[in-house]
Amino acid sequence: MTTVLTPPSADSTGHGVAQARGLFDREILAQALKDSIKKLDPRVQLRNPVMFVVLVGSIITLFESFAHPSTFTWSITIWLFLTVIFANFAEAMAEGRGKAQADTLRKMRSETEARRLRPDGTEELVPAASLQKGDLVVCEANDLIPSDGEIVEGIASVDESAITGESAPVIRESGGDRSAVTGGTKVLSDRIVVRITAERGHTFIDRMISLVEGANRQKTPNEIALTILLAVLTIVFIPVVVTLEPFAGFAGTTVSVVVLVALLVCLIPTTIGALLSAIGIAGMDRLVQRNVLAMSGRAVEAAGDVQVLLLDKTGTITLGNRMAANFFPVTGHTEQEVADVAQLASLADETPEGRSVVVLAKENFGIRERQLDPSHVFVPFTATTRMSGLDMGTRQIRKGAAESVKKWVSDQGGVLPSDLDAIVERVSRAGSTPLTVADGKEILGVIELKDVVKQGIRVKFDEMRKMGIRTVMITGDNPLTAAAIAQEAGVDDFLAEATPEAKMALIKKEQEGGKLVAMTGDGTNDAPALAQADVGVAMNTGTTAAKEAGNMVDLDSNPTKLIDIVEIGKQLLITRGSLTTFSIANDIAKYFAIIPALFAVSYPQLKALNIMHLHSPQSAVLSAVIFNALVIIALIPLALRGVRFRAANSAAILRRNVWIYGVGGVIIPFIFIKLIDLVLVSLHAY
Amino acid sequence: MGFFFTLLALVVLLGLTWRYLGSYMEAVFDGRVHFFGFVERPVYRALRTSPEQEQTWKRYAGAMVVFSAVSLLFTYVILRIQGSLPLNPQHLGAVGPALSFNTASSFLTNTNWQNYGGEATMSYFSQMGALTVQQFVSPAVGIAAALVLVRGFSRKNSPTIGNFWVDITRCLFYILLPMAFIAGIIFVGEGAVQTLAGTVSIKDSLNGVTQTIPRGPIGFMEAIKQLGTNGGGFLNANSATTFENPTGLTNFLSIYLLLSIPVALTYTFGKMVGSIKHGFALLAVIIILFGSWVAFTSAAEHQNNPAVAAAGIHSTVGNTEGKEVRFGDTSTALFGVASTQTSTGSADASYDSFTPIGGFGLLTGMMMGEVTPGGTGTGLYTLLLYAILAVFIGGLMIGRTPEYLGKKIQAREVKLAGLGALVMPIAVLVLTALAVSLAAGRVGPLNAGPHGFTEILYGLTSQGNNNGSAFGGLTGNTPFYNIIGAIDMLIGRFGIMIPAIALGGSLAEKNVVPESLGTFRTDNGMFVGLTIGVILIIGALTFFPAIALGPIVEQLSHLRFF
Repeated sequence: MTTVLTPPSADSTGHGVAQARGLFDREILAQALKDSIKKLDPRVQLRNPVMFVVLVGSIITLFESFAHPSTFTWSITIWLFLTVIFANFAEAMAEGRGKAQADTLRKMRSETEARRLRPDGTEELVPAASLQKGDLVVCEANDLIPSDGEIVEGIASVDESAITGESAPVIRESGGDRSAVTGGTKVLSDRIVVRITAERGHTFIDRMISLVEGANRQKTPNEIALTILLAVLTIVFIPVVVTLEPFAGFAGTTVSVVVLVALLVCLIPTTIGALLSAIGIAGMDRLVQRNVLAMSGRAVEAAGDVQVLLLDKTGTITLGNRMAANFFPVTGHTEQEVADVAQLASLADETPEGRSVVVLAKENFGIRERQLDPSHVFVPFTATTRMSGLDMGTRQIRKGAAESVKKWVSDQGGVLPSDLDAIVERVSRAGSTPLTVADGKEILGVIELKDVVKQGIRVKFDEMRKMGIRTVMITGDNPLTAAAIAQEAGVDDFLAEATPEAKMALIKKEQEGGKLVAMTGDGTNDAPALAQADVGVAMNTGTTAAKEAGNMVDLDSNPTKLIDIVEIGKQLLITRGSLTTFSIANDIAKYFAIIPALFAVSYPQLKALNIMHLHSPQSAVLSAVIFNALVIIALIPLALRGVRFRAANSAAILRRNVWIYGVGGVIIPFIFIKLIDLVLVSLHAY
Repeated sequence: MGFFFTLLALVVLLGLTWRYLGSYMEAVFDGRVHFFGFVERPVYRALRTSPEQEQTWKRYAGAMVVFSAVSLLFTYVILRIQGSLPLNPQHLGAVGPALSFNTASSFLTNTNWQNYGGEATMSYFSQMGALTVQQFVSPAVGIAAALVLVRGFSRKNSPTIGNFWVDITRCLFYILLPMAFIAGIIFVGEGAVQTLAGTVSIKDSLNGVTQTIPRGPIGFMEAIKQLGTNGGGFLNANSATTFENPTGLTNFLSIYLLLSIPVALTYTFGKMVGSIKHGFALLAVIIILFGSWVAFTSAAEHQNNPAVAAAGIHSTVGNTEGKEVRFGDTSTALFGVASTQTSTGSADASYDSFTPIGGFGLLTGMMMGEVTPGGTGTGLYTLLLYAILAVFIGGLMIGRTPEYLGKKIQAREVKLAGLGALVMPIAVLVLTALAVSLAAGRVGPLNAGPHGFTEILYGLTSQGNNNGSAFGGLTGNTPFYNIIGAIDMLIGRFGIMIPAIALGGSLAEKNVVPESLGTFRTDNGMFVGLTIGVILIIGALTFFPAIALGPIVEQLSHLRFF
């Protein structure tokens, strides 16, 4: 039986786990608001040194407000608390989106009963939760598969829409690379015996739930490095602000503690500190939206660093099937004759290649499909004959590998045309597969079966090249064919006649040269290479071994998605870097707002630094604090969506981001602090 | 016009130095220069080491700390017992303990902050045997530490980063001693005093008084004072006196010498990492910042002194109060900027008499962390720390784990670079706060108000940055200032040097990521801009409030900036 798995379209989001939700889904919003208050717990805040300092600062101003109550001190205190709450809100929003997905998944983990096979072959009903690794269970039509496992007997069509969102059923059968089944999916037909490979709590769905919830989310290497930088910046601003007190004392004045705390909070990088974890969670979430499950954030980050992509030819670079592209007649025959016979030979051939011959004959020569007489016998392709065709009484028509057809014709006493070898050679050299067509003992010509390179793939590879990523095509074809396809698709390099060992060796060689390698795979023999690669994306249709070896699973089983994964990885880092730059650049304006205000009494000359002409010292400080808090809220959508990423070389990306977030980060706060000040004045607050 | 030609000659000469001295130093540190092999080899035998015996960063840093501790003790003891030592024609007594500690720390750390008047405090033995010795070895140690960080980039998968003893020996024999010798001959040839005879008395028959004029082995000390970015002169008035700085040529030579090695080291860096362009990028950072500061400070000093103008006197020669008329306003400003931005700290004028905004130029030059070009070796490694931070932020913005010269900048590197870049501002601010809040500190400055604040801030900034230039006005020779000054200098030296060495070790252990189109370029204008941005932003964010309360308030009191 042949199974054709239709590759899901690349943009098949919005199914299954990947519930596309609006950025501010009402349900998530309500939950996030609640959570942002709960997260005020200092133990939670301690994980984020920047926001912890803000919380401590707001507690200090709270005491000050009780000690010396005034509208100003209370306003500062309230806005400082709001700063912490806004940061919590950003994180809760990101988490909420994950939780919503987890809930959908949990519903699938319904309590089912499993039909366990006893050693003597009889069945017993046990709760799915009690299944042990190695148990054998039976599943028939309409049964939910109780847990992850491997089919040891039988074949069945399975509905996996619950996890992939793809409604078309897939075929699972014992042996080979399509034997893995996932708990929670449903058998639609036939009977299979499954050996359980994962116990309750360790199944694929369990892992997905904990991933999308971010329950045991660990910080990624770059996130740790950035957290350290933010901590260092926070630590340095503490002495900068605290020493102002003795400096003011030397100048014969005092500064208010509330203003000092306000200054400290404005200077430490609260913007990025508040959004950092939200950015990380949202990055994982974006992958899930594209139906990719990353086993760790580390893998997502590594994807951004990848310099070499290993891509399987079939399914990734070319459509799965070869298609007839041309008919080449030998001397003494016309193209039309070749087409006519080729069509006859292919009429009963249901393979995609066979169908494409019929289509081409119709397109090029208007040869219509003919009704087959019941007496006509279809001769299917076998590995030994390497030919297929049609027997119409005494007339025998064949198409197949050149050597086989030549032998078949010679055996009948036919003469081999002199130019056949040249045509076969030319077609092979072009990267196509030649099928020789014979009618009895006469050879008519050659059908060119071409690998069809996916539309738009060349553009993708060009983009990759711009980003400095080298693409390598992996194929079992001979080097000649591989070279031709590689050139057509625009990949940088290829590995022909690839064996699992050769693939592994290539990965190791690149890694020794300091490069990070990403690959996709589905078979058990891919598992070692998937484990060795820095980013190994296993296809969901693949074997359990492959899924466990990789660090990501693509639920759509679409290898082209590797390219999307790289982009998401990059976008994650860019978002963090850009918001860090923005956060630090903001400080300049805040200094110009607060320093003149701080010494307005003792050094009125410093008014010259009040270049924004803020109304009063108090309105200046409050405006800076309000800006500092509101900018967090304003940037939540950006943090969740990620900054816009376009494939370009590093210099162009950097220039763009330095202008927007660096230079913009210097200018924007001047404008908004002034605006907030104007609003405060118009409200007669000061 | 004279100033223009001075500048032109300096640029041409430094350009040649960058190329050829830079290349020569690379050959020295690679062990390809051997003309003093006959002294070099016995030194290694005596130290029981050899160029083949490489050290891990921990052993290297350990050797550096031991060497520095011994140096500190050695200088301290000589100063304490100088009364019983030879070469003391003036019969000067022991230097006090607090002052000895401050001075020993000062020369050890290449700061050369002087809380004493040289001619009235130090015997010839102390000047030559203790202080000048440190003027040779402290720059050698700085260069050695820079080499470690550069080797971090040039090596891969290497657990070792060179041999401390070999590095300083080569640096002394092949770079500092020969160059200082040649420069010393020029100083003495131009008339700088060089003698072991004691003071000389002159009977001033006109006024009927006897003047005692101090002399000493000044000329050769002068050469290493500038070349090693030390700055500590024999005489109290430093390069403003004719004995140390007799002619316009020696003034020019001084500026050239103190810039030469720090500038050339960027070429050495480029050559060691296999990309001269990378060295040029660092040089560009230096040229842009240094050039801006020279222009700014010269303009500030070229204006009339507002106090003089207020008195109704209109001067056309700029602010000359406290300056040597021989050198003039702009050339003095150039000397001042060169001296404060190379961690030298020598002076050919009274910096206290600069206009507030001119003094701001000198002060902020140091607050940028002494990287433009900074001290010998110290400038390069500190600049690389800033560059690493720039690469980290810039690298994230292009969506890759940041890399510099193929080395990934990760948590450990960010920690060390951040620590190294921020330890100085913290030390300076906290110690300044201590000084202004304690009575012992408050009596220090000569002036009250913002100018007095600037005097304290300048003193502790100068020591924290291992510069050693004095603003004047601050009475530093008190137990309080001697001790906090010494702490400031030691933190400013080792708080940056040890993280830099550790960083070198950490980078050397890493593999190299090959460059691609997706790599953040670290040899172009964008990188130069980002690095300048990081230097300015870190400097501005940490020191803005303090600066506002010192020179800015003071200048605003004059009601105009220029």
